[in-house]
Amino acid sequence: MMEQIVDIASWILIVLGSFFIITGAAGMLRMPDLFTRMHAASVIETLGATLLVVGLMLQAGFTLVSAKLVFVLLLFFFIGPVAAHALAQAALHAGVEPMLDEDRRNREPPGGAEKNETDPVEPKT
Amino acid sequence: MFFVASAAILVAIILVVVRAIRGPTVFDRVLAANAIGTLAILLLAAIGFLTGRPEWLDVGLTYGLLNLISMLAVLKFFRHGDLAYDGEEERETKA
Repeated sequence: MMEQIVDIASWILIVLGSFFIITGAAGMLRMPDLFTRMHAASVIETLGATLLVVGLMLQAGFTLVSAKLVFVLLLFFFIGPVAAHALAQAALHAGVEPMLDEDRRNREPPGGAEKNETDPVEPKT
Repeated sequence: MFFVASAAILVAIILVVVRAIRGPTVFDRVLAANAIGTLAILLLAAIGFLTGRPEWLDVGLTYGLLNLISMLAVLKFFRHGDLAYDGEEERETKA
């Protein structure tokens, strides 16, 4: 009985993880610019990978394989943000502009407060 | 169920490869390569369970570390045009 419950739980987790992996990949294909595509790719690394690996851990039980899966999860948790940060910074440095409806970097603060003169962000024309 | 997961990961890899081919900038391609690396680790894990030999996970871990290093190296190369760049020039020009 207990084994069946664990089996069903791992089924659900693995199928959900697969769903989020496909969602993230489709987002990477469909999104309009680099930064939104990075957002879609992060779905693969967080929700997809985590759910899938936890599902596999339920299958493996309390063994060395589970320990390795924990290390895989830790790898994703630490490497994903590092890679995303490096990529976004390199892209911004290379002049890839995010797609914006409006440029809010120099707009008036709400409530009519005085504009912050020390704001270092220059308008890009 | 491991078959379902493997099939989903393969479909995702195909979609991401399409993005890597189409990607207008080099950063799109780097992002796609990174995603393919992540998916390859998951595929190794899923196929390891599918064939009943989870030892593939060691390969997956190594592959993940190599994935990060290669991504940072490619980004550094495209940012500075040189892997041995240490940032000295940038600091001097700013000062």
